[in-house]
Amino acid sequence: MSRFSSTINTTATRLSALYLVLFTSCAVVLVFYMTGSTARFLINETRNAVTEEIETLGDVYSRGGLRRLVREIDRRSRRPSANLYMVADHTGRILAGNVLALEPGILDSEGWTQAPFGYARYGDDVSVINDPQRAPRALAQVIVFSNGMRVLVGRDLGEPQRFREIVRRALITALTVMAVGGFLIWFFVGRRALQRIDRVSEASARIVAGDLSGRLPVTGANDEFDRLSESLNSMIAKISKLNDGLRDVSDSIAHDLKTPLSRLRNRAEAALAGDPKETDYRTVLEDMIVEADQLIKVFNALLLISRVEAGFSKQKLDEVDLAVIVSEVAELYEPLVEDAGMTLVNEVKGPLPIAGNRELIGQAITNLIDNALKYGATEDGRIVLAAERDKRAGMARLSVADQGAGIPESERERVLGRFVRLDESRTKPGSGLGLSLVSAIVGLHGGTLELREAEPGLKAVLSFPISRT
Amino acid sequence: MKVLIIEDDREAAAYLKKAMAEAGHMADVAHDGDEGYVMADGGGYDALVVDRMLPRRDGLSVISALRSKGDMTPALVLSALGEVDDRVTGLRAGGDDYLTKPYAFSELLARLEVLLRRQSGAEQDTSYQVGDLIMNRLAHEVRRGDEPIMLQPREYRLLEYLMRHSGQVVTRTMLLENVWDYHFDPQTNVIDVHISRLRSKIEKGFDKPLLHTIRGAGYMMRE
Repeated sequence: MSRFSSTINTTATRLSALYLVLFTSCAVVLVFYMTGSTARFLINETRNAVTEEIETLGDVYSRGGLRRLVREIDRRSRRPSANLYMVADHTGRILAGNVLALEPGILDSEGWTQAPFGYARYGDDVSVINDPQRAPRALAQVIVFSNGMRVLVGRDLGEPQRFREIVRRALITALTVMAVGGFLIWFFVGRRALQRIDRVSEASARIVAGDLSGRLPVTGANDEFDRLSESLNSMIAKISKLNDGLRDVSDSIAHDLKTPLSRLRNRAEAALAGDPKETDYRTVLEDMIVEADQLIKVFNALLLISRVEAGFSKQKLDEVDLAVIVSEVAELYEPLVEDAGMTLVNEVKGPLPIAGNRELIGQAITNLIDNALKYGATEDGRIVLAAERDKRAGMARLSVADQGAGIPESERERVLGRFVRLDESRTKPGSGLGLSLVSAIVGLHGGTLELREAEPGLKAVLSFPISRT
Repeated sequence: MKVLIIEDDREAAAYLKKAMAEAGHMADVAHDGDEGYVMADGGGYDALVVDRMLPRRDGLSVISALRSKGDMTPALVLSALGEVDDRVTGLRAGGDDYLTKPYAFSELLARLEVLLRRQSGAEQDTSYQVGDLIMNRLAHEVRRGDEPIMLQPREYRLLEYLMRHSGQVVTRTMLLENVWDYHFDPQTNVIDVHISRLRSKIEKGFDKPLLHTIRGAGYMMRE
């Protein structure tokens, strides 16, 4: 029952029902119009034929008088499939013609009969006249002579009636076929649509249950269902990819945080197991605080990345000058870079107005300079900050380039992920979150982060949309 | 210094109170917003340490209620929320400083002491002096004894902040916030390098060190 009612409740059902009603009404109107106009035409033909006949008989009468007229009528009556003729005297007694009986009152008034009337010919059963269903019907004109004699000339209406009957049957047949066909089409189309939707629902139920490898069925018919399934499939693929990314991140978090935590625990255990001297305890505790602080930093970075990725305070982007932020950060880092035996070169020329968050952009630039110091260090190396206005793309492109070993092209996409650290850098301190944060920050500003070859070295290019003011 | 700690985490509050006592300060504890408001309103505290998330009454609303009554007791807001806009809302509600959990106690203490000193109006002084180092803020001049010391603008601001808070511990994050106006955690010892540059400018050739490193906490200017 529920299946039936769900079939009823489909769009296809409603559409086919609507079409069925529309087509049927059109067919009915058309058939009525056609039968009506054809019947009118045939009746006019009948009247014309009767009028002609009467004119001819009028000629006979004027040339030969009543006697010739009766003889002529008698002759005509005997022709096969003749018109109807009747001559009666003033009492109504039939003198000549081929009509055996008439509906009463027909001969009383002169001129055209008001409506088709029933009659019986010679050779017919007279009683037929009392049965309006079976009696043949005719139209006729009655002429009354001065001596009370009446002449009736008429024509049978069987032909138009048969025609109307044929059309009526055709109409009923056509409507029945149409109704049955419509029902069949509705059943087929509606059920088919429902079946496909059921398959899609089943597939999505499996996906909801956790099987993200599942896809919605695509039949290859390239119809609207296929297009819908395809776009949903690409959405599922995207979700699946994000989900995998999330799982990787959780795995990495578990792994990367377990290591320092177990180190922390081991230190405490070792201190307890050793010789209880107060100075030793102090050192161990101080080390543990440093370790714990490092962990907190990792958590803070993780939280910040997810907040930035979630579009945090996107509405709070202010009008800032990228060049000013760069020069502030450069000023902050210059002594540190110098101490590392390298040079920080700031080639950025302002103003580069963008809608941005000064803190976040500052943090992104410091992360990149930190990376350049950590992984791009060479003797007398240079870290170059540069910027250009790409007027055509409407972007301000800020680059931070070092002269170190760079990142192989195959890894450039991967290092933007959380906790990703290349094997060569595993020995150096760091969390593997720096570039993820930079990427998230640039994304928040509607820009992109690109890692390029600086020949030698790595060039990180941050593109920000330029403000239109 | 007499401090009111409004913190619903009893263990954290007890630890804070004990640490305050060890640093030579008296501290009372309130465990929810209503209690905290009543106690703070009773007056007599030099500073408030207010957790942002409190039962009964939000920490920020306690502060803004006090402010609307004209109570300007310096308040330090503690919060697990540490983003820039959280900080802004915290300060807008009347908080004088904002510290993200988890924090080092030395950081909290240093900030509290700075808040107290702010009351004394050292910001308006036209000159600062630590030993024979004198900063003339009107002439933008620094000299030690008779010798003028040439400083970059940023070095000047760094020294200005340190001298304004002479005798107090100033942490690295406080310097980053107040001199560079950045509120994030630098991954590297970038502040230390600036300090050592400044130190070489004001101490090279002089016997007496003025800019001291306080282990595990930060820096302090004193004779």
